[in-house]
Amino acid sequence: MNYSRILRIAWDGLMLNKVRSFLTTLGVIIGVASVIVMMSVSAGAEAAIAEQINSLGANLLIVSPMRGIPGASRTLLYEDAEAIGEAVTGIVGFSAEQTPAPQTIKANGITLESIAVVGTSADFPQVRDYPLAEGTYFSDEDNDRKLKVAVIGSGLAVDLFGEESALGQTITVGNTKLTVIGVMASKGVVADVDYDGRVYVPINVVFQKFMTTSLMNKDSVRTIYIKVESQEKLDSVTMQVQNLLATRHDVDPAKPDFTIQTQQDVIATQEATTAAFRDLLAWVAGISLLVGGIGIMNIMLVSVTERTREIGLRIAIGAHPSYVRAQFLLESMILSLAGGAMGVVIGVAASILFGAFGGMRTQIVPLSIPLAFVAAAGIGIFFGYYPAGQAAKLDPIVALRHE
Amino acid sequence: MTATLIEVKDLKKVYGVEEDSAVYALDGMNASVDRGEFAAIMGPSGSGKSTLMNILGCLDTPSAGQYILDGRDVSGLSKDDLADVRNQKIGFIFQSFNLLPRLSALDNVMLPLLYDTREAQPQEMQRQRAIAALESVGLGHRTGHHPNQLSGGQQQRVAIARALINQPPLILADEPTGNLDSRSSVEIMDLLHDLHKQGATIVMVTHEPDIARHAGRILCVRDGRLISDGRGGNNPCLAREVSA
Ligand SMILES: Nc1ncnc2c1ncn2[C@@H]1O[C@H](COP(=O)(O)OP(=O)(O)OP(=O)(O)O)[C@@H](O)[C@H]1O
Ligand SMILES: [Mg+2]
Repeated sequence: MNYSRILRIAWDGLMLNKVRSFLTTLGVIIGVASVIVMMSVSAGAEAAIAEQINSLGANLLIVSPMRGIPGASRTLLYEDAEAIGEAVTGIVGFSAEQTPAPQTIKANGITLESIAVVGTSADFPQVRDYPLAEGTYFSDEDNDRKLKVAVIGSGLAVDLFGEESALGQTITVGNTKLTVIGVMASKGVVADVDYDGRVYVPINVVFQKFMTTSLMNKDSVRTIYIKVESQEKLDSVTMQVQNLLATRHDVDPAKPDFTIQTQQDVIATQEATTAAFRDLLAWVAGISLLVGGIGIMNIMLVSVTERTREIGLRIAIGAHPSYVRAQFLLESMILSLAGGAMGVVIGVAASILFGAFGGMRTQIVPLSIPLAFVAAAGIGIFFGYYPAGQAAKLDPIVALRHE
Repeated sequence: MTATLIEVKDLKKVYGVEEDSAVYALDGMNASVDRGEFAAIMGPSGSGKSTLMNILGCLDTPSAGQYILDGRDVSGLSKDDLADVRNQKIGFIFQSFNLLPRLSALDNVMLPLLYDTREAQPQEMQRQRAIAALESVGLGHRTGHHPNQLSGGQQQRVAIARALINQPPLILADEPTGNLDSRSSVEIMDLLHDLHKQGATIVMVTHEPDIARHAGRILCVRDGRLISDGRGGNNPCLAREVSA
């Protein structure tokens, strides 16, 4: 017995009712598409988290002004950061950061509009795991003395100076002339921040030259990153910082005007947003596949009943029961695999669309495609087995008398 | 090779398990048919003719007794072995043709080859065989037609071609003309007659004495038993039908 010919019979059986066959596969299509999207959303979220960790550096605490409290954004000061550096034990260093409005940069006869300027303290490269490619970062003394220096991102260095070395060059940021003393290593765009296109300036210079809006307290900071010596010391450092800042700000530690987040907190918020969506998709996938499978089983039972005479005749002229079973199992597998294939196409397309327009990072998992096919084939076999068995055990005499 | 092609010994078929509702469709049937014979089975409705044919065709199994086909006892064979016997040893012609409506005449005729477990011939050779079979029943010009494009007589001829395709030693026909008008019936009987002349062994059920007379031998069945094997002179079945 030739299985390619049984396959042909199964195919012809399905083509008899094209619309019905297609509708039958819808459940599997939706289920498989959901699996693909779910896995690409998960992978995207994981990649985003990995990047986040990468961009922040390990064992980091992030201190920021409490959102939603009026004026709180002006109470976290550079002195707070310095106090943390002096008083808190178990830390490697801190980096206070402030970001003024984007500035126009002129250098080497080139003018670039709207370049991000970041004021940092001296430990920034170490705290943020973000080394230099050449030159040096400014020191604490440089910062204290408000030295007019800058370290620039690798992309900006190329934009302004091309092949030439940027070191020792003068750039005009806004109205301030700064000397380039270092170029950061390439880091790329992480979590929507183009690290390579920014200018890093001593935070005190930023306070003096770029925080011109009177609304802002002149030396308030946006974030203080604290690098802790080890994972075990995270809690202790958090407590120390909490108490220190509460005292300095004269607030109840239970109702602070600042927040201290660990990386885990940042990751948790990020995960929470995708997890809800992912769980929803997992349910959609599971239920669709189940309903899809039951749909296939239902249609196969209908098909076996409709074609009872045909089956009876095939058995009467010598088809082994196993061939009849194979024919109907193949039919249900073709249905589920076709559904799987369409589901993969739709799932991949949906993943790409979600990534582009859904405000959600997605990353198609190659393994999810064979996995989807295995799942689809499994559904075809599982839900096709009973109807195929019904067909195979038909009594030819009874079947041939069937109207 | 013995002369006897089929032999049934004390064949019984009981329907219903409980004692009071049990129906003996076959009640101790003994009969044999030689190679090259053309036998008609006659008898009143409900006498067990179809039941016998189904057992002879290996579509059904007896409750008791023996059935020896082509020298082999097939009473206790497995489902798969019975399927192979049906495929290779028997060509069954049904009253209601039983062609697959979606397939062309040619594909219908080729169907038994699809399920032949012996070494398969190349597809092209199988096609040629099927075309030859259709030509032998006078339908060489209708190979591509579907059953609904053919007359009843033509459909039954396609069914006969299908029965012949595997060159089985035994042709069984249960009221092959039962659904046909008299002209088509004559054509079908002529065809079976020709087959018989070419050496085929045919067992056919019929109600009509005219049809039965084509056969060399008329087996008369009543209440699940053979009451006359038609080798003697007066046939009770023929007599009854004629007087009716
Ligand atoms: N599946 C069945 N279950 C119960 N009884 C059955 C079954 N099949 C046949 N019978 C009974 O067995 C007996 C013989 O039936 P069978 O079909 O062999 O008769 P027949 O000689 O072919 O009749 P007809 O000339 O009408 O075709 C009848 O009494 C019938 O009711
Ligand atoms: Mg009958």
